[in-house]
Amino acid sequence: MAHPLLTIRGLRVGVGRGVPVEIVRGVDLDVDGGEKVGIVGESGSGKTLSMLAVLGLLPTPALRVLGGSVRLGGVELLDLDEPHLRRVRGARIAMIYQDPMSSLNPLLRVRTQIVETLVAHGVDRRRARERTREVLSQVGLRDAARVEGAFPHELSGGMLQRVMIAMALSTQPEVLIADEPTTALDVTVQEQILSLVGELQAQNRMAVVWVTHDLGVVARLVDRVAVMYAGRVVEHASTPDLFARPQHPYTAALLASLPRPGTAHRATLRQIPGSPPDPARLGSGCPYLPRCPQGDQECRVAEPDLLDRGPGRASACWKPRDRWQG
Amino acid sequence: MLLGVARRLLSMVITLLGVSVVIFVILRLLPGNAVTASLGVSAGLLSHAQLAALDRYYGVGQPAVQQFVSWLVAVLTGNLGVSLASREPVATLIGAALPVTVELALVAIVLGLLIGVGLGMLGALHPGRLPDSVGQGVAVVGLGVPSFVLGTGIVTLLASVLHYFPSSQSFAGFFQNPWLNLQQIIFPALALSLGIGAAIMRTTRAAILEVSGQGFVRTARGKGLAPRTVSWRHLFLNSSIPIVTMTGIQLGYLLGGTVIVEQIFVLPGLGRLLVTSIANRDFPVVQSVTLLFAAAFVVVNMLTDILYTVIDPRTRAR
Repeated sequence: MAHPLLTIRGLRVGVGRGVPVEIVRGVDLDVDGGEKVGIVGESGSGKTLSMLAVLGLLPTPALRVLGGSVRLGGVELLDLDEPHLRRVRGARIAMIYQDPMSSLNPLLRVRTQIVETLVAHGVDRRRARERTREVLSQVGLRDAARVEGAFPHELSGGMLQRVMIAMALSTQPEVLIADEPTTALDVTVQEQILSLVGELQAQNRMAVVWVTHDLGVVARLVDRVAVMYAGRVVEHASTPDLFARPQHPYTAALLASLPRPGTAHRATLRQIPGSPPDPARLGSGCPYLPRCPQGDQECRVAEPDLLDRGPGRASACWKPRDRWQG
Repeated sequence: MLLGVARRLLSMVITLLGVSVVIFVILRLLPGNAVTASLGVSAGLLSHAQLAALDRYYGVGQPAVQQFVSWLVAVLTGNLGVSLASREPVATLIGAALPVTVELALVAIVLGLLIGVGLGMLGALHPGRLPDSVGQGVAVVGLGVPSFVLGTGIVTLLASVLHYFPSSQSFAGFFQNPWLNLQQIIFPALALSLGIGAAIMRTTRAAILEVSGQGFVRTARGKGLAPRTVSWRHLFLNSSIPIVTMTGIQLGYLLGGTVIVEQIFVLPGLGRLLVTSIANRDFPVVQSVTLLFAAAFVVVNMLTDILYTVIDPRTRAR
C-alpha cells in the first residue's frame, strides 16, 4: 500500500512556558492525495491547533509542539528548519482561516498579496500577475479585475474568503487545510463557499482537510471523519459509517444533537450535558466520562487508546457499541 | 483626497490665526512696551513730549485691534518688522537662526527614530530577551530624565572630564565647516533624541506586539513568505501608523525642547533667539518666532495626517 500523502502521528501541543499544559494530546491522522478528510470537534478540542502545528504556525513561545511526527510525502515537517518549511507552506500545504476579514493585510491590495505568495515560491513577477488574474476568476469573483486592485476593506466577507481561497490555490498545493472557513460568513455565503471549495477540490485533485464543528459540512463534503475531544481523536470512520453507526458515545451525542428532517418546529434540540474538561485537570480516566451516559467504573481506570473497530474505523472507548445501554 | 488636503489647509489657517491672536494678547499683558523695551532705563529721562512722539512712532497708544490688524497685514505681505533690540529686520534674524534649529531638530528626530524603531522592533520580536530589557531600560531613563538635565550632564561631562568643548567656538554652518558643525550639533541632538527615542520605542514595541497577534501575519507566514518580508511588509507596515503619530507628537515637543537645549549648548537657533527676545521685550521678534513655532507644529500635524492616508487606504476619503 502506498504511503499516505500527509501522516500525523502522536502530535502533541502544549501551552505555557515552564511545564506546559498539553492541549493536543497525541493526534493521529492520515490524508491521502486528493482525499477529503474532516476534523470535527467542539471549540477547544485542539483541531485548529493541530493544523497550525502541521505548518509550524503556532504562536511560539506561548504554544509549541511537544512531540510527535508530521510527514508530508515521507519528509518530517517538524524537523525542518525555517527555510525548508517555508517551501512547504503555501506551496504544498495551503491554509484558509476562520475569519477572512482579519486574514488579509489591510494596507496592501489584493493583487500584491497574491503576487507575493507566488513570488515567494519562485514564480517570476509577470507570470505571478497573470496567475493572480486567473485564480481570481476561478473562484467565481465576477469582477476579478476590480477585486484585484481593491483593498481588503472594500470587499465583503464572502469576497475576501474567495480571495483567500484564490491565494491558497494559486500555488496549486497538494493539501488545503480549511479551518472553519465559513463560520464568520452569512448562511447564504457559507453555502457558496462550501460548494466552491468542493468544485475546486475536484478540479485540482488536491486533498482537503476540513476543520469544522459543523456535522452538516462533514456529511456533504468529506470522505472520512476524525472526531476530536479534549485534544485527541476519539473516533475515526468513513462518513457514511460515522453517521450510520457511531462507535464513540461522544459522536453519538453529537449526531443526536443535529436537527433532523421531521423534527418539530421549535422543538428543543438535544444537547450534551456538561462541558469539555479543563486540559490542566485531566485525570487518568477517560476524559469524556463525566458527560458519558455509557461510562462506569472501568472507564475511571485509564484513558482508552484509539482501538480498531473494523476496517477503516477506530474508536477510543472501552465499550463497544453492542454493550451500550439505552 | 484633494478635498481632504484643502480642508486641512483651511483648518490650518484658522489655527494659525487663533495662535497669533493669543500671542498678541499675551505679549500685551506683559509689563513694559515697545518704547521702554527699545530705550531701557533711559526712557525715564525723556520729556513727556518726546515720549508721546515715540509712542506715536511705535503705535503704542493705538487700539489693540488696530495694532493687531496692521501687524497681521504686514506679516502677510512678508514684512515681519524690525527688532527693537538690534534694529535688524526680524526676517534677517530668523533667517540666520532657522537653519540651526531645523538641523538640530532633524538630527534629533532621525536619531530618535533610529533608537526608537530599532530597539522597539528588536524588543518586540524577542520579548523578554536581552535586547528587550536593554530597550526597556533606555526607555525608563529616556522618559524620566528631562532634556535640560541630560543636556547639562553631557556638557559637564564633555567639558570638565574630556576637556572637549565644541560649543566654545562660534557656531559653524554646515556648509561653512561641516566637521565642526556636526560636532556642535550631535550632542544637543543626542540630548533631545533620548526622550524621543524612548517614546517611539515604547510605541513601536507595543504596536508590533499587537499586530503580530493578528490573522494576516499568520496568513503571511502560512503562505511561505521569508521572515524579512513578513517583518517589514506585514508587521512593520501595519505598526507604522501609531509610530507616525508618536513621531509627529515628538516633533512637536521637540520644538519646545530646542529652546532649552539651544540655551545649554549655546546654539544660535530660534529657541535662543526667542529666549533673548523675551528677556528684552523685543515684541516683533517674539511674535514672529512664536508664530513660526506654531506654524511648524501645525504643519507637522498636517504632514502626519497626510502620511496616514498614504499608509492606510482605509483613511482615504472616497
